[in-house]
Amino acid sequence: MTRELRRLWIVVLAMFLALFAATSWIQVVRADELAANSANTRALYDSYQVQRGAIIAGGTAIASSVPSDDVYSFQRVYTDPEMWAPVTGYINPMLGSATGIEQAMNSVLSGTSGSQFLQRIEQIISGQKPRGSNVVLSLDPVVQRAAYDALGDLQGAVIAIEPATGRILAMVTSPSFDTNLLAQHDSGAVNAVYDQLEADPLHPLYNRAIGGNLNPPGSTFKLVVASAALASGKYTPQSTFPNPASWQLPQSTDFVHNASGGACGAGETVTLADALRYSCNIPMAMLAVELGDRAIREEAEKYGFNADFEIPLTVTPSTYPQALDDPQTALTGFGQGDVRATPLQMALVSAGIANDGVVMNPRMIDRVLGPNLLVQESFDDTEFGRALSTEDAETMTQMMVANVSNGAAAGARIDGIAVAGKTGTAENGPTDPYTLWFTGFAPAENPQVAVAVVLENGAGHGQQGGSDRYASPIGKAVMEAVLNR
Amino acid sequence: MKATDPISTMDTAQIRADTTVVKALRKLRMPQTQRNRELALLLLAFVINGSALALVQLGALGEIQWTILIYVGALAALTLVLHIVLRFTAPQADPIVVPIATVLTGLGIAMIYRIDLYRGHEGWDALSTRQIAWSAIAMALAVTVVVLLRNYRVLFRYTYLTGLAGIVLLLLPVVPGLALQDAGAAVWVSIGGIFTFQPAEIAKICLAVFFAGYLVRTRESLLSTGHRFLGMTWPRAREIGPILVFWVLSLGIIVLQRDLGTGILVFGMFVAMIYTATGRTSWVLLGVGLAAAGVAIAAQLMPYVGARIAAWWHAFDPAMIEADRGSYQLVQGIFGLAQGGLIGTGLGQGRPYLTPLSQSDYILPSLGEELGLIGVFAILCLYLIFVSRGIRIGLTGQDDFGKLLATGLSFTIALQVFIMVGGVTRLIPLTGLTTPFLAAGGSSLVANWIIVALLLRVSDAVRTSPRAVIG
Repeated sequence: MTRELRRLWIVVLAMFLALFAATSWIQVVRADELAANSANTRALYDSYQVQRGAIIAGGTAIASSVPSDDVYSFQRVYTDPEMWAPVTGYINPMLGSATGIEQAMNSVLSGTSGSQFLQRIEQIISGQKPRGSNVVLSLDPVVQRAAYDALGDLQGAVIAIEPATGRILAMVTSPSFDTNLLAQHDSGAVNAVYDQLEADPLHPLYNRAIGGNLNPPGSTFKLVVASAALASGKYTPQSTFPNPASWQLPQSTDFVHNASGGACGAGETVTLADALRYSCNIPMAMLAVELGDRAIREEAEKYGFNADFEIPLTVTPSTYPQALDDPQTALTGFGQGDVRATPLQMALVSAGIANDGVVMNPRMIDRVLGPNLLVQESFDDTEFGRALSTEDAETMTQMMVANVSNGAAAGARIDGIAVAGKTGTAENGPTDPYTLWFTGFAPAENPQVAVAVVLENGAGHGQQGGSDRYASPIGKAVMEAVLNR
Repeated sequence: MKATDPISTMDTAQIRADTTVVKALRKLRMPQTQRNRELALLLLAFVINGSALALVQLGALGEIQWTILIYVGALAALTLVLHIVLRFTAPQADPIVVPIATVLTGLGIAMIYRIDLYRGHEGWDALSTRQIAWSAIAMALAVTVVVLLRNYRVLFRYTYLTGLAGIVLLLLPVVPGLALQDAGAAVWVSIGGIFTFQPAEIAKICLAVFFAGYLVRTRESLLSTGHRFLGMTWPRAREIGPILVFWVLSLGIIVLQRDLGTGILVFGMFVAMIYTATGRTSWVLLGVGLAAAGVAIAAQLMPYVGARIAAWWHAFDPAMIEADRGSYQLVQGIFGLAQGGLIGTGLGQGRPYLTPLSQSDYILPSLGEELGLIGVFAILCLYLIFVSRGIRIGLTGQDDFGKLLATGLSFTIALQVFIMVGGVTRLIPLTGLTTPFLAAGGSSLVANWIIVALLLRVSDAVRTSPRAVIG
């Protein structure tokens, strides 16, 4: 029996060697691969265990992590959640999702980005708990508050941008949502909130300032067409166009009318400056056909149309369509047809004009601060490109100032300040409510802020809502907030 | 010269008397070497268990609480009682098995307690409290066995009776009125709904006794006949009978009680013992072939066996992880082990509670997550030493019955560890057994400590009895 027992022992040994091999395979050889498996909640919990950095605006944290008792170790808390929702977004381990800055700057906030490698090593050596870095936004809480209050319950968005730098000062969208409700760790509750938000016909999860269902820019797009006219060198503000009460589109049976329903002023002809000031459609449609869709598209793209921006939130590109025939081109002359724009894009048009013709790349972040609050990374101002010559920009500015002081955008007037502006009232369909716009900047001679306001659903007044009545005052309030800082 | 004769006779007597005195003296001067070794190892075991519990409290609570004294003290006191009983009743018993069983039981309690802490279970709701109570019962029974079973050969007399008892115990869970309904596999017996027990754990001991006795009796006939084929002596049809009987019994367990693990365990133990008894490789081949056929049949007939195999093979398929009866637990356990890595997260600092059944079936991944590969290796080494000691007791055994009994019992432990650890590490499909000594569960603890007691008894007999001439 001795021989058999020795052999049996060898079998036992072989069984245990197999177990040694199996555990080594899992715990050492394939450990990293298993940690990266998407079903591995332990790795997920580990990343949540890092105290996430804060999102800071105007010196105060608008998103921060506080210790919690559950497996996630920390609970994300948002300040003024509805106001900041389009900016911060939310992050939730239960939903396994993140949006806004939380998503775009996740690696920095969670301390896992490549530039934080040394920081992590230092934390390991010094025995500190790992912490994420903080993101300092360019947004100004005062301006954000002004925009949020001015927009109120209206459906739409407001964006404010610093023309010389491209720094975004305010980004508001409405209806918004409570990010804290989406950050809670009760899976049933958070899923219920999420499902409800998704099912809401008003789409509160859309960030209408940089995305959502894009609106036609309407008359605000006339700024781009006028820019293209000046840039061509063939037109001045005094260039004249015929002034009929209605104009049949070339090769078409359709007619174009002015918003007033009549001619643009009393004269036989109308100047480009007056067409812009009274926001007449017929002369702009004629101008568009004369310029051709290609020239307009080129100018539009110099302002940022058809381009991708990461600010670092991903911006839905605004579009000027390709290969248009004359009637289609005519419609784009007053921002209809298939032209679509985000408020950010229209703010960039104003900002480009304000900044002597140079469009700056928009951005939301100034700095990244380490857990020790030392600057880890700074973001510089960068140029997107030149849309206009300095002279043409000056000419555009004068026309826009006239628009506010003595024209269609009078609702944006600020006492003692020269405000440049342009309204827009875009049609969405024969009976659909208008989209109301305002874009502009102030002060005209030394611009500190450019804004764009969009109001969807006719600001609740169908086709009766006027852009100067509803959109211009919001733009004015935001510009005032910047000027009064 | 006759004169020398009386002197030489007297000398012999003198020498004999002297030897007796010397022996007695030696016994006085070097008392109980084995037990002293055991005591030293036990003290080490207490230190290990105490440290584990202290680390658990530090890791999970951030402080050491007085309750640790209950956990450490209770187990230490119980083991010391067994130790003292051994000093009086079985002084020559193997000194290593008790310390190993103590460390394993203690580590199990530490991990069970650690998960109780996370879940906020206290008092009688806490599995760790129950585990300590069961440890007390298990060790009391071990002491009883050591005290009452002075001569384990008595068991040989009751070979068939214990065999019958084993089979009855195996069948208990399917008896109406005794079966516990809500469990997946029908392996539980509930008496009055209060006291639940897994009789299969005790049955495996009864069957080991029965196999040993039966094989000693039939060994000659099994050995003396056979056909030569493929260079091996194959048993005649008549001798194949017993293995077929146990094959059918194991299949019955798999089918009736939906308990793949116990079926494989019983059959594996029988094959190992019949091989040890006869030395015929043909039995092993026959056994492995029958086992493979049995699993293949079961996989076809029983959906749960097929599901287990599918969950093993496609474990990381997301659909399989999500699926009902899928691989969620298995994959969670593996993620836990991977999270532990080489050195582990530290006791009380991982998340073993994310794995379902982390205190019972998945106790090893739980320990592996917090103690790392190093800890897993240490635990596996303890098992390997335990089993090796058991086989060594079999090697040095005086009689075939003792040899076979010690071998069978220790091989059961080895097979059970292999099936469980191999199952949770995806080496083989997972089957529901308990990890000896570690896993939460009274039946298993009681059974394994009785195995410890039997090994102690057999090993004590080995060293006390005069060396036998026939081997």
